[in-house]
Amino acid sequence: MKNTKLYYGWVTIVIHWLVAITVFGLFGLGYWMVELGYYDSWYKAGPELHKSIGLSLFTLMLFRVIWRIQQPQVEALESHSSFEKKSGHAMHILLYFLLFFIMLSGYLISTADGRGIEVFQLFEIPGFGSLIENQEDKAGLFHQYAAYFVISLALLHGLAALKHHFIDKDKTLLRMLGDRN
Amino acid sequence: MKKTFISTLLATSLLSIFANAADYIVDNKGAHASINFKIKHLDYSWLTGRFDQFNGKFNYDAVDASASKIEINVDTTSINSNHAERDKHLKSGDFLEADKFATAKFVSNSVTDKGNNQLEIKGLLTLHGVSKDIVIDAEKVGEGKDPWGGYRVGFSGTTTLGLKDFGIKMDLGPASAHVQMELYIEGIRQ
Repeated sequence: MKNTKLYYGWVTIVIHWLVAITVFGLFGLGYWMVELGYYDSWYKAGPELHKSIGLSLFTLMLFRVIWRIQQPQVEALESHSSFEKKSGHAMHILLYFLLFFIMLSGYLISTADGRGIEVFQLFEIPGFGSLIENQEDKAGLFHQYAAYFVISLALLHGLAALKHHFIDKDKTLLRMLGDRN
Repeated sequence: MKKTFISTLLATSLLSIFANAADYIVDNKGAHASINFKIKHLDYSWLTGRFDQFNGKFNYDAVDASASKIEINVDTTSINSNHAERDKHLKSGDFLEADKFATAKFVSNSVTDKGNNQLEIKGLLTLHGVSKDIVIDAEKVGEGKDPWGGYRVGFSGTTTLGLKDFGIKMDLGPASAHVQMELYIEGIRQ
């Protein structure tokens, strides 16, 4: 369950992969839904699903940050160079920061007129209306480009893991898959 | 000699009563003007909205309406359909491309007095970077002194614009190919 200095616990591992799948899924859904025609059956359902999943991801990420702070920090492998340790850590922080930024900007698009956001048609998250002029446009622009940025960084993050696995042949990737040998 | 002087005097004073050609600015400060639109939603109902920001001026003469001139500038980024997500979409490349074409402009070419306060206003509308001649069916609502020392005249007008005619690429279906504009303009004499 819990992290140690050497290994990730199951909570961290499950959240890591759940967030990874969700982020790529939300990106694909978002990229696809904005091009839909007005008469497409997904024209309404696509954005509703995108917002519902996005807000769910927000609660998961909040829990993730709290969990991360509470748990012992898993240290980078000793075989990693100082550059790898520093850049890896910076990458993790940047990914967290960007995800929150994207979720916040998405919230600001939909709530710019004070409307709330319905989550899976179960309940509604209230909106606070316009805080910035032309909020829906500005937030939309940030949301879009920050999403491109986070996906590029996530791919780089994944490539780095594959590099450790296949080239350095170390435990970096296996540790995030629960391997403790 | 005296007679001609008096008749000239009389004629000029009569002219000054009837020849009312004057410049007006559209009362956007007091918001006694609005540029509204409505478009069919799925052929089942009407969706209405408006442009919140615009300015304009015109010259109007009740005696000779055909001498009138009108110029209106509309800030396309101010489109307001009472739904921020939709407004974002309306401002995007699918519709107005408001970041590129932030101003729509109408300049009149001719005004025809059709009697009974009905006017036909022809002019050039530049919208979404496309300039096209349009016709506005207008009606003079009234004119006169306001209670605060000014002088006002008001008009209403309608026109229909084809989305495709102005290069708007989003297809909302056959019932929604045209948008109806409803204009309410009050001018304050300068």
